[in-house]
Amino acid sequence: MGAGVAALLAGDVQVAIFRLPGDEFHALSNMDPFSGAAVLARGIVGDAEGSPTVTSPVYKQRFDLRTGACLDDEEVSVRTFAVRVTGGVVHVGSP
Amino acid sequence: MTRTLVVAGHGMVAHRLVEAVRTDDPAGTWKIVVLGEEARPAYDRVGLTSYVDGWDPAKLALPGADYAGDDQVELRLGDPVVAIDRERRTVTTRAGFEQGYDALVLATGSRPFVPPVKGHDLPGVFVYRTIEDLDAIRVAAGKPGRGRRSALVIGGGLLGLEAAKALRDMGLSPHVVEMGPRLMPLQIDEGGGGLLRRLITGLDVTVHTGTSTEAIEADGDRLFVRLGNGTELDLDLVVFSAGIRPRDELARESGLDTGARGGIAVDLSCRTADENIYAIGECAAVDGRLYGIVAPGYAMAEVVAAQLTGGEATFPDPDMSTKLKLMGVDVASFGDAHGVTEGSLEVVFNDAVAGSYKKLVVSDDSRTLLGGVLVGDASEFNTLRALVGRRLPADPGAILAPAGGGAAVGVDALPDAAQICSCNGVTKGAITHAITGEGCDSVGKIKACTRAGTACGSCVPMLSKLLAACGVEQSKALCEHFTHSRAELFEIVRATRITTFSEIIRKHGKGSGCAICKPAVASILATLGNGHILGGEQATLQDTNDKFLANMQRNGTYSVVPRIPGGEITPEKLLVIAQVALDFGLYTKITGGQRIDLFGATVDQLPDIWRRLVDAGFESGHAYGKALRTVKSCVGSTWCRYGVQDSVGLAIELELRYRGLRSPHKIKSGVSGCARECAEARSKDFGIIATENGWNLYVGGNGGITPRHAELLVSDVDTETLIRIIDRFLMFYVRTADRLQRTAPWIEEMEGGLDHLRAVIVDDSLGICADLEAAMAKHVEDYADEWRGVLEDPAKLARFSSFVNAPGTPDPSISFRTEREQNVPVLLGVPEVVGR
Repeated sequence: MGAGVAALLAGDVQVAIFRLPGDEFHALSNMDPFSGAAVLARGIVGDAEGSPTVTSPVYKQRFDLRTGACLDDEEVSVRTFAVRVTGGVVHVGSP
Repeated sequence: MTRTLVVAGHGMVAHRLVEAVRTDDPAGTWKIVVLGEEARPAYDRVGLTSYVDGWDPAKLALPGADYAGDDQVELRLGDPVVAIDRERRTVTTRAGFEQGYDALVLATGSRPFVPPVKGHDLPGVFVYRTIEDLDAIRVAAGKPGRGRRSALVIGGGLLGLEAAKALRDMGLSPHVVEMGPRLMPLQIDEGGGGLLRRLITGLDVTVHTGTSTEAIEADGDRLFVRLGNGTELDLDLVVFSAGIRPRDELARESGLDTGARGGIAVDLSCRTADENIYAIGECAAVDGRLYGIVAPGYAMAEVVAAQLTGGEATFPDPDMSTKLKLMGVDVASFGDAHGVTEGSLEVVFNDAVAGSYKKLVVSDDSRTLLGGVLVGDASEFNTLRALVGRRLPADPGAILAPAGGGAAVGVDALPDAAQICSCNGVTKGAITHAITGEGCDSVGKIKACTRAGTACGSCVPMLSKLLAACGVEQSKALCEHFTHSRAELFEIVRATRITTFSEIIRKHGKGSGCAICKPAVASILATLGNGHILGGEQATLQDTNDKFLANMQRNGTYSVVPRIPGGEITPEKLLVIAQVALDFGLYTKITGGQRIDLFGATVDQLPDIWRRLVDAGFESGHAYGKALRTVKSCVGSTWCRYGVQDSVGLAIELELRYRGLRSPHKIKSGVSGCARECAEARSKDFGIIATENGWNLYVGGNGGITPRHAELLVSDVDTETLIRIIDRFLMFYVRTADRLQRTAPWIEEMEGGLDHLRAVIVDDSLGICADLEAAMAKHVEDYADEWRGVLEDPAKLARFSSFVNAPGTPDPSISFRTEREQNVPVLLGVPEVVGR
């Protein structure tokens, strides 16, 4: 609970999928825009004033799990992906 | 037009003069030539006694005293002025160098006074003024001899007691003989002197007052001293500290007047009868008075600098207040300490049980503070000194009463004009302006902005109080989820025995946590022994390095550092590391901590790498953790011609004892086998240096942005005592430091600093040492290798996978190129940022 995993989509697209308490799922691009490393799935999940966030493990910027917006640099955001869970299988769609 | 200022002498006061002129004369209209007698630039002579702690002259250096990079200042050392030609306005140095001047400032200081006692010039008899004097005493004190060695200090004033402390720190039993009726007769009164004597005697110093030294006689290596009261002492060495005499011979020889008690006669503008010649510091007799402490000397330097740079200034009423800590005993006097003001009244509080003597001297209407004496507890010194000459905020008796019953004097009671930092002359008004007007919200910023607290540091607690008084709250909240500091959270978790983050945040915080509080709590849980750090919910709390038990690098790969205790490794084990690096294509580099770092491992490779290393007898080196990193060592007495102890053996023992200890920040250590200090132990959080008799333990050092040398905590202890004290030190640090606070700032921000730390973990003043030791014993017992813990648990192993839907597929964004025959990462350009 409260952690992410990485998944590989077609065309070498990497997605970070997060599962929060209450089976709330979010998916973002795994690519950290500040370092260029595919690591967001390995960040710490938490909240900032109530919004669910992941913190990049490289330089520690926070991203809103629902919108992909970076909370520490308003000019930056990462791609989000739609998530649907059916029959215990997580499906990730396009943004 | 450029004029030439010649400064004769380079002590603390001369340096202050040069600094002040350079600050007030940015255009450089004065060319300054400094001609000093000593071979080294001005140093902190006031702090001379601290030289015994480490024997490092660099620690006494005054910042900028070599004037490197300043073309306006020429510093000639080891070549004093020996003659002045006032007609031609030139000086001549001992080496025959002649220098013209437009203005000449004599800052020649003073010499120790050695009374003409029989035997005063024997070998083994010393004075106490320079680094060289202490070096000579050290050599004499270090000579082999029978039993406990002893020394006599002649003179029981401020400097004499400092000398006694230095001798005691060198391991000698000091005697002090004072002709006056009490110790420190100039500064403190009879009541304070009585208590001081009792406290000092309790510290293995034998005090003889009201008697003189009749004669010193040598017999072989021994010195025998006969005192006026008939006492005979058998000694290893004798140190004269019987006062100082001004170095005024240049003035005498060039026809300038001297004061009745010596000293170069100057007026209140510090000028001699020759309008081009000034005198400042201990060599000057200002309006007939000599001053032997540094604060009035600094004031003289400022007075002369102001005149040279076009201003006017006269010598202000000097601040003769004194505060010092002698072997842990506070002694302070300020203002009219002896009550010589006509009609003055004394109010005394004397608590023989608590070892505290306080006296206030007040005006005849008991409303204005004139001065005072504090012995045993001088915590109110700063506030009281600043109140001298002002209305007392309460009845003097109430002010002296012990805390709780008394009307304590707060910073609020001080007027804006009151001086808080007397070393640099910074007033309360200037500090509050820095806080409210310039936005200084920490002690560090106030120091940088006003210079307050940057010299002797005794006013630093006042700076904190002023911050609080100005409404600056130094919030201790860890983050938005917890209002507690890390230390408070530690106590909560320890007391309540809660073992999960969910329960802690539910009961004591709010929200779901973040990248600040989660790792902080994870560290606390780990210190308190809650199993493997990746067990259950704990895995989700860890920073990426702890989560993968390796150090993340910039391309998302990790580096692996196996533990190599003390830096000692067999060739067989080196071969294993080499083969692993070859097989996995890892870049290898030797670290600063005497081990080997293997770079470029992907998440899914980590367990395979660990398995190979663990099978060969390696374990995690915790290079990724806020934990003990390494204990670096020199090769020690086993091989080294100079080593006096087995530094490698101790380093290995310490590294294995404290491995895996989770802490507020990384902890580094080092052990050197002799005073040459090849292991650089004093740059570590705890460093150990071997002595002939055991080990010296230094604490609070670090490299990094603000390098710090560790300071001496205990000396000449055996290995068992050493380890017991390190156990306490580390556990006390782990429990009470802030998040990401290394040991140096932890000690610095502790009220009472290193002395308080020593009281707690050496003298057990809080009665917690047994508990700290028990906690460390539990840590040692519970230790298990974290890598092995993952390899033996399929659930933990499962996390080391590149993609949840394609385990085994390597991350396509990672690639390497070759540089100097090794793999290094190909960095991707930062990808296009998608707009919202």
